[in-house]
Amino acid sequence: MKINKNLRSNLITYGIVIIAFIFCQLAISPDVKGITISRVMRNQLVPVCAYIVLAVSLNLTVGISGELSLGHAGFMSVGAFTGVVSASWLASAFTMVNEAGKTVPVMSNTLMLILSMIIGGVFAGLAAVLIGIPALRLRGDYLAIVLLAFGEIIRNLLNCVYVAVDGAAIKLALPLAGSSAPTFGQTAKVVIDGAKGTKNSVMSVAFNNERFIVAFVLVMVTLIVIFNLINSRSGRAIMAIRDNRIAAESTGLNVMKYKMMAFVTSAVLAGMAGALYGLNMRTVTAVDFDYNMSIEILLIVVLGGIGSIRGSVIAAVLLKLLPEQLRFLQDYRMLVYALVLIIVMLATNSPLLKNLLGWLGSIKSIADFGKGVVNGGKKVRGGALRGAAAVVGGLAGGVGGVASWLEKRQHALEAKADGVKKIDGKAGDAE
Amino acid sequence: MSQNMKKRLLDTKMVPVPSISIVPERDVNKRPVLETRHLGIEFGGLKAVEDFNITVGPTEICGLIGPNGAGKTTVFNLLTKVYQPTTGTVLINGKDTSGMTTEQANRMGIARTFQNIRLFSNMSVEDNVRIGLHNQIPYSMLSGILRLPSYWKAEKKQHEKALELLSIFGMQDMADVKAGSLPYGAQRRLEIVRALATNPSLLLLDEPAAGMNPHETEELMRNIIKIRDDFQIAVMLIEHDMNLVMGICEGICVLNYGRIIAKGTPEEIQQNPVVIEAYLGSQNKEGDK
Amino acid sequence: MISLLSHLLNGLSLGSVYAIIALGYTMVYGIAKMLNFAHGDVIMIGAYISFCVVFYLELPPVLALIIAMAVCMVLGIVIERLAYKPLRQAPSLSVLITAIGVSYLLQNSAQLIWGANTKAFPKMFTLPDANLFGGNVHIANNTISMLDGRLNVSGNTVLTIITCVVIMVALTLFINKTKMGKAMRGVSEDKGAAELMGINVNLTISVTFAIGSALAAVAGILLCSTYPTLLPTTGAMPGIKAFTAAVFGGIGSIPGAMVGGILLGIIETLGKAYVSAELGDAFVFAVLIIVLLFKPTGLLGKKIHEKV
Repeated sequence: MKINKNLRSNLITYGIVIIAFIFCQLAISPDVKGITISRVMRNQLVPVCAYIVLAVSLNLTVGISGELSLGHAGFMSVGAFTGVVSASWLASAFTMVNEAGKTVPVMSNTLMLILSMIIGGVFAGLAAVLIGIPALRLRGDYLAIVLLAFGEIIRNLLNCVYVAVDGAAIKLALPLAGSSAPTFGQTAKVVIDGAKGTKNSVMSVAFNNERFIVAFVLVMVTLIVIFNLINSRSGRAIMAIRDNRIAAESTGLNVMKYKMMAFVTSAVLAGMAGALYGLNMRTVTAVDFDYNMSIEILLIVVLGGIGSIRGSVIAAVLLKLLPEQLRFLQDYRMLVYALVLIIVMLATNSPLLKNLLGWLGSIKSIADFGKGVVNGGKKVRGGALRGAAAVVGGLAGGVGGVASWLEKRQHALEAKADGVKKIDGKAGDAE
Repeated sequence: MSQNMKKRLLDTKMVPVPSISIVPERDVNKRPVLETRHLGIEFGGLKAVEDFNITVGPTEICGLIGPNGAGKTTVFNLLTKVYQPTTGTVLINGKDTSGMTTEQANRMGIARTFQNIRLFSNMSVEDNVRIGLHNQIPYSMLSGILRLPSYWKAEKKQHEKALELLSIFGMQDMADVKAGSLPYGAQRRLEIVRALATNPSLLLLDEPAAGMNPHETEELMRNIIKIRDDFQIAVMLIEHDMNLVMGICEGICVLNYGRIIAKGTPEEIQQNPVVIEAYLGSQNKEGDK
Repeated sequence: MISLLSHLLNGLSLGSVYAIIALGYTMVYGIAKMLNFAHGDVIMIGAYISFCVVFYLELPPVLALIIAMAVCMVLGIVIERLAYKPLRQAPSLSVLITAIGVSYLLQNSAQLIWGANTKAFPKMFTLPDANLFGGNVHIANNTISMLDGRLNVSGNTVLTIITCVVIMVALTLFINKTKMGKAMRGVSEDKGAAELMGINVNLTISVTFAIGSALAAVAGILLCSTYPTLLPTTGAMPGIKAFTAAVFGGIGSIPGAMVGGILLGIIETLGKAYVSAELGDAFVFAVLIIVLLFKPTGLLGKKIHEKV
């Protein structure tokens, strides 16, 4: 079989990820001098892998299936919480006594991590089935808002859940109105402590290369699943429904089935990433997975290009690692994100650009047209970024001006208030 | 509905619908591919289609004509279950389709094209046809993800079949082109190929010649007959180009204000005064005034 | 019994705020066919502006209300012109993402200007002390007490409900009786046809955004008078809930926004009071999901046929 365009593009993406992984391994290894990586960066490696998986899986919903999901963090949190519970349970239910006479888990940390990721994925998938059955019948804005609502419900529920493991038993409590945290008994170990979040006592938080390898494998599995899905009968059905639902129905496609397939696959992957993320931290709370996190993942997808898997991978790495390097921009980071979202959308939908592309297409062959689209896209992205930078600069100046005026005014008012207090005080003394 | 329209509807004389079917002779003793009984739909009290009865033979080419807004596309939407009828039933190959979805109707053997083209415009020409083959050459999602042998086998079969179908219109060279960037006429032809790929027993074409020049239309006519002959299927088409309708349709059904006002062979329809009146307006009444 | 009545009144008040916000969502959705995600953040901007006017400039609250409404009006129009207008023909996914971007932009600009710390919202409007109905109703300390002091209602509650009714009546009259109101209805039915009839579509959409944003400013002040903590994220959650209310009542329908808002406010208050304080928000969203499951067009919404 000849290597077609899709396959070549997918191979490039796999290649980029593998090369990046090898580079990281070299940098981590103490034997290799010359390539090093800072501690901060090294600790970011596993979370970055989780974010790649999250972004790629969200791109399946947004780019391939064409539905905006604002509840992706919800699936991630389901995965994170169930993942931490299952790891704690695996560590507490299957134990043995080692040579030193200590009770230790039978399974290695890596095996427990892998199993917990699978369990996290399964639970996130179940949640997706539950929410998908009613929600996927809705379209566009309605679906987006329902998924947002779903994410918030999950966050609310997880905020009130208490879970403990006691030997092979899992104890769960969901106290309602006003009641305090439940007690689980002497031998029980609390794993999820209501609003205080998860307690991960199984795995160390310090960087662990085996965990990084598992994370890398998860990224590769995600890419393989998504690429193979896209280039198969099911993936084509998903894209056909995105392009034209009525035509897809008239051509004999079961719309709900394929929307569900994309949605659940995306949720399972998000759940696995969530479990990885949760087990890499000492604690995660339900509040960590709020609407803002869903938006952050969406931002990665938009920035990488909706529908472009490779773009999502690269954008995830940049967006998670760059802020560490650009500390000075910290205050303006979210502002820049917001502007980038707007500007990318405006640029990709501007009629001027479309006309330009149409003109390119008419003077060249259709194959060149494709190149034109890609190059045009890149140029626009560059232009958009430059534009964004200019706008941010202007805005920052304006905002800074207002803020400093407010500050001055605040000081003036405080001084005045102090004055009043002093007078009051004197009056009080006099009495 | 405006007062004027209501009045005109009442004025429209109903010719007795011929009791004999317009099914061509060769199909008379075979089970019809499509039968509708008192089919009708209301939108907020407005009867868009009313008491629509038609029988289509298994290899018939039949035309559905009528002035703009007569309810022709609504009939197609009823047949394909995009709309659920308020009254009556649709039988495909003798089976009742009540309560079915559009997808199930397609699996029953009814495929269609659209008046305002509905291609999967971001996908390639070949992939559009492969969507049509979706239920014909299946394999599971798992074998797709794991790239099992059944995946490779089915993909190869889909590829070959898609090219074969595209070659009906000589489009096999465009297989890799994005469907949305095809010229208008080619898009209409691709829609027909995609519909054919679902292996239908009845093909519904909604204004297949719209936007085509006379030369293209002529080629389309030949191709419609060829499709009927090669695939042994029935074709029902909505068309405003009377050369096409009168040229290839064996039976014609005329719709006005949601009702059938005439059925018959092209010759009968051309001479039917009610049809002429519906299309051109009443000459006599003008004269009376 | 009395406590139920008191919860109902509080729910009615919260629901009235939701209703006022939901009006903005529903009007914009009806006319521009887009979910203005940033609407909730316009509320927050309105609250901050009125806070600044009262706190920094030390002007009277009425002026604060007017200035906040004016600023939000301008903000609404500017947002529409710069961010949404270029996307009128774009797929709804792009529009929604842009709206989310605008929402984020407003939140983060507010954080840069006013800081991330909570601002204590000043008391704006208080009821005068009085004795009414032969001494059966006392008003003191901005609290109305009835039934021998067993039922106490905050002045803000009453004020909010009254404001909501006034806005409702005024808006209904505006939509049904004025030329601009008719233009709005025309544009919401069919933008193209309205344009051919000589309606200035751009102006109509701008006016819609202006009215919606001005209402958001009012809602912001009412909201912060009842819950006097002001943060850059103050508007986000009420905004989302108000959208839920608009969907609940049937999006595009003005009475629907009203009914949906008030019902949602009561459901939330009662849920928090009787079932679980922590899960109050979950109730609201569960209602949304259930409504959309059984009646996707909402309580008073119209069914739209997709043209094939």
